[in-house]
Amino acid sequence: MTALLSLRDVEVTFGPVRAVAGVSLDVPEGPYGVGVVGESGSGKTTLGRAVLRLVRPAAGVVAFAGRDVARLRGRELKSFRGDAQIVFQDPGGTLDPRMRVGAALGEALRVHDVVPRAQVGARIDALLEEVGLEPAHTSRFPHQLSGGQRQRVAIARGLAVEPRLLVLDEPTSALDVTVQARILALFERLRDERRLAYLLISHNLAVVERLCDETVVLYLGRIVEQGRTEEVLARPAHPYTHALRSAVPELDLASRRQRVVVSGPPPDPADPPPGCVFHPRCPLAADVCRTDVPPLREVAPGRLAACHFAEEVMAEDFVALSH
Amino acid sequence: MKLAIRDLEIGFGDRRVVELAELDVAAGEIVGLVGESGSGKSITALAVLGLAEAAGARVTGSIELDGRELIGAPPSQLREIRGSRIAMIFQHPVSAFNPVFRVGEIFLRALRLHGASRAKAVERARSALAEVLLPYELLNRYPHQLSGGQAQRVAVALAVALRAEVLIADEATSALDVTVQAEIVELLARLRELEGIAILFISHDLAVVGQLCDRVAVMREGRIVETGRTERVLHAPQDPYTRELIAAVPRITAGRTA
Repeated sequence: MTALLSLRDVEVTFGPVRAVAGVSLDVPEGPYGVGVVGESGSGKTTLGRAVLRLVRPAAGVVAFAGRDVARLRGRELKSFRGDAQIVFQDPGGTLDPRMRVGAALGEALRVHDVVPRAQVGARIDALLEEVGLEPAHTSRFPHQLSGGQRQRVAIARGLAVEPRLLVLDEPTSALDVTVQARILALFERLRDERRLAYLLISHNLAVVERLCDETVVLYLGRIVEQGRTEEVLARPAHPYTHALRSAVPELDLASRRQRVVVSGPPPDPADPPPGCVFHPRCPLAADVCRTDVPPLREVAPGRLAACHFAEEVMAEDFVALSH
Repeated sequence: MKLAIRDLEIGFGDRRVVELAELDVAAGEIVGLVGESGSGKSITALAVLGLAEAAGARVTGSIELDGRELIGAPPSQLREIRGSRIAMIFQHPVSAFNPVFRVGEIFLRALRLHGASRAKAVERARSALAEVLLPYELLNRYPHQLSGGQAQRVAVALAVALRAEVLIADEATSALDVTVQAEIVELLARLRELEGIAILFISHDLAVVGQLCDRVAVMREGRIVETGRTERVLHAPQDPYTRELIAAVPRITAGRTA
């Protein structure tokens, strides 16, 4: 079975910086979620943009439903633009402030000829209801809505063109926590009802766990770990994943972990260190890490990690080892 | 009590946005002020600094620093207190600094404004940077050359150098990556130990508050709906809104030991 979205050795460069440095991953047909996690500068946002052809990869292939996205033209490109949609962190910035909600949704419906003109109004109402808004919201301007409502409108606009893939770029990070909880529940419901595939870009591991079957950990534009979300979070195979996981503050005392400390800030992406790019911050770094690039390899069934010591990291006593 | 707030009311026109009956922060204590957007946390912080009026607010009630009333105090006195005895750090530290000055000049100007000699200022900047675990060379950088974590450390170091007794941190870790956030949380805890500074930690993030704060006050629509020892509030919340907030925090469930 071909994946819905397939990336092979994708590279995106900005001048001397390799923002995405050879990434391969698949997103199957929905309902399914793949989470991309990493800190600022990891390349996760650029990766999402490359998927939607908003930035052009310097090398590699992004394929959607088996077709190379870079080669799409005319009608095929328009169809791809409908099949793959994006929802951003700041909904206020992506909605036209002069456009009422109804007009914004109507525009998306008409551009992509989703329904006959006579049915546009009814469809707008149905979309609003699907995302938890009311027909009365059609006459509102974005500034008359709360942050959560604006994000619901942005989601409705994404759904209007009946996509198969949604790229979600930190879709709840700007929201209050009670609003975030409701939007996450909405994403869960939509994924299952509309059989959507998600590529979720987030720094929040708990959000990724809620929505994603699989998780990819990015560091300096490279995949350092990949696998089933619950396995990656429960038993990280890369020291960086461990550090990320253990830095998340836990509300419940029982699940607090001893923190795996990484030293210093991430390296300059224009001048990455030799060997493993994580070695200057890694508590386990040995000589081999300073010279040899660890390949992304299968370290357990369905688990990939780029670390010379992945097996040790997955062992129970790793945290003790690193101190 | 280092900082004591009583019957604080803040209004804009006819609208009252804060009605805060009581909030204390003792020396060496970290108190969390938690709430969602619009709850009144940030305007409360500005009121403590004597800056709420400048934002167009009407402020009544009492805010005492070591028993001395700040509300209605003359502007010259407030200026002296602000930045030296009460310091504040923000969500976006880089934009809180004047971009045309190097970090070293920012320190010198602030310290000299509050009366330190040049030699004394240099010495204090040096030891404050050491205290927040930053290399001395950072004094030669411009704010935009700092990472988010470094900039927040510099902001904390500035408070240390000025010998601040109260530090107000307004969403000071919210824009940082989790690994950096964890470092800043450790730094604030250390600062309380070493300097006995009183910290009012304003945040929407209950988990971070749970890690750092001795006591927590939950704010909603300008009022404190629940307050108490952090563990008690987070693990046995009494108020329905506190319960809703806690339940809404997304949690990682994979690999739960408990």
